[in-house]
Amino acid sequence: MRSAHRKEIIGKIVVYAVLIIIALAMITPFLWMFSAAIKSDREVFKMNPFVFIPKVPKWSNYVDIWTKIPFLKFVENTVFLTIVVTILQLLTSSFAAYAFAKLKFRYKNGLFLAYIATIAMPWQVYMVPQFILMRKMGLNDKLLAIICLQAFSAFGVFLMKQFYESVPDDLCEAARIDGMSEYKIYMKIMLPLSKPALATLIIFTFVNTWNDYLGPLIYLKTQEKKTIQLGLKMFISQYSSDYGLIMAGSMLSLIPVLIVFLCLQKYFVEGIANTGLKG
Amino acid sequence: MEKIKETQGSGQINILQDALKTTIEKVRDEKDEKTKRKLIRQIERYNNRIDMLRSGRRISRQTRKNLVAYSFIAPNFIGFCVFTLIPIVFAFALAFMNWDGSNPVSFEGFNNFKRLASDTFFKAALKNTIIYCVGTVPLTMIASLALAIVLNQKVIGRGIFRTIAFFPYVASLVAITSVWKMLFHPSKGPVNNILFTFFHIPQDALPQWFSGSLCVISMILFSVWKYMGYYMVIYLAGLQGISKELYEAASLDGAGTWNQFRYITWPQLSATTFFVVVMLTINCFKVYDVAVMLAGGGSGELTVSATVLVYYIYQKAFIDWDLGYSSAVAMVLFLMVLIVTIIQFRGQARKEA
Repeated sequence: MRSAHRKEIIGKIVVYAVLIIIALAMITPFLWMFSAAIKSDREVFKMNPFVFIPKVPKWSNYVDIWTKIPFLKFVENTVFLTIVVTILQLLTSSFAAYAFAKLKFRYKNGLFLAYIATIAMPWQVYMVPQFILMRKMGLNDKLLAIICLQAFSAFGVFLMKQFYESVPDDLCEAARIDGMSEYKIYMKIMLPLSKPALATLIIFTFVNTWNDYLGPLIYLKTQEKKTIQLGLKMFISQYSSDYGLIMAGSMLSLIPVLIVFLCLQKYFVEGIANTGLKG
Repeated sequence: MEKIKETQGSGQINILQDALKTTIEKVRDEKDEKTKRKLIRQIERYNNRIDMLRSGRRISRQTRKNLVAYSFIAPNFIGFCVFTLIPIVFAFALAFMNWDGSNPVSFEGFNNFKRLASDTFFKAALKNTIIYCVGTVPLTMIASLALAIVLNQKVIGRGIFRTIAFFPYVASLVAITSVWKMLFHPSKGPVNNILFTFFHIPQDALPQWFSGSLCVISMILFSVWKYMGYYMVIYLAGLQGISKELYEAASLDGAGTWNQFRYITWPQLSATTFFVVVMLTINCFKVYDVAVMLAGGGSGELTVSATVLVYYIYQKAFIDWDLGYSSAVAMVLFLMVLIVTIIQFRGQARKEA
């Protein structure tokens, strides 16, 4: 009995040790980023002794980044794109998913198959013809191109449909008997129920749009149209040794995503569990 | 006027109902499955028509239902059709063409694919992408599963650990790769500094993390770090779906931790693992930003030792404007993903059978 008890304690110690090592590995780059962002270029790589916060923190890095490159313009563009894409994605895909999950209509299976078939298709396979098509439509070098690119994904429809299918049909049937229209059922019953799935979709869409690099790289050519990621990359290749500034810019680019994630994360595991994303 | 219309209507209804009756009888006697199905559809149509005439509506109830459903789907489907489906069809066609985007298109047959066979840069890209996949997929899967199992137990600070593990996933690549490039800087970075001071590795033997053959390994390490949090969440969701009774029964039978994992957790998670492996493989094959940001120079150009398929697609299309050839490379990417997905599907189906 005592040896079993000891075994349990050893097990616990191992578990915590592993956890702490992994957590350290996960968090160290972020701590480094925070620390380097307030250091001067001479202090950045100083190792013995390593100081986390220098005696004279160089907060001015956070000010200079806004003047060295048109950072404000980049932030504006990215915020605009991310918000529009996220709203469009949430509305259109939850709307379509409701029909696929709860309504019977002609060509339902065929239409859904079109969505499923493209889920395993990497965007990179068709990005070139897509670019040509958008150029024909006059969308080259327009923010609208990125919106069209990101807002109608098959992934969103799939995720929401899986969630709606876990909602019992009786609920909709009862509402129909009460004379509610399908639009009302969607608005009044389904949307309020689907918070975890919506939160999950918001996190994915927000993170993807905010952090996207290749899409904006292909479409956005002029300086005033660029996003934070493009701007930051441009800054890094121009001032590759201005580490303090690079880190300050990187910190700024992370903050909005972290805020959105931290606000919605309590729904997140639940959302994944109920949307069939686990397979 | 109204009266006449109504009587006309009821006359029509009678005719239709007679037709309906005879069709129903026909169905009863019909032996051939195909004609039977055809007749059943005919009955549906009669029913709809009668319904329409009775209620005096211009469109039947079923058409109305269809229209409502289509109105739900339309906003997404139109966008999806224009910006995804059409380009996909176009991509398949383009692989057999020669086009620079402005001059007339010419049909090339399999010439683009023949060119691929003797293209050393393409072969390097394909090789690197495959090495990257073979390294990243199993490592990420094992790491995320292990982390999920640990975090599924009752440990203090579980919520904080889960949140931290997800940080790398939400962080932007541009930002976080610039940190990695500092940490692993060949001459000044802390990692090599530790190797030099504590492990006494001579200055000129210190690893050059982002050039030469180490490049792909750095990419793999980075990707495992960045993406394991995401797959951990998926595994966590899977683990929460396993019934607790199974474990209770097993521990009554005296099964240890390892046996519980082997005979309960692993088989119960097979659907999750299938999903994780497929998603990981797809995501690995489309790697681009990780390579460009870790191994690309100032202008983001990749050398033979770090090039990947998507980089080559991008270069051929948007730098050289060799659109047909670029699409041929894209088809190779698509085929790789397709093959892996099919293999996985087969394995999954066999396990379930």
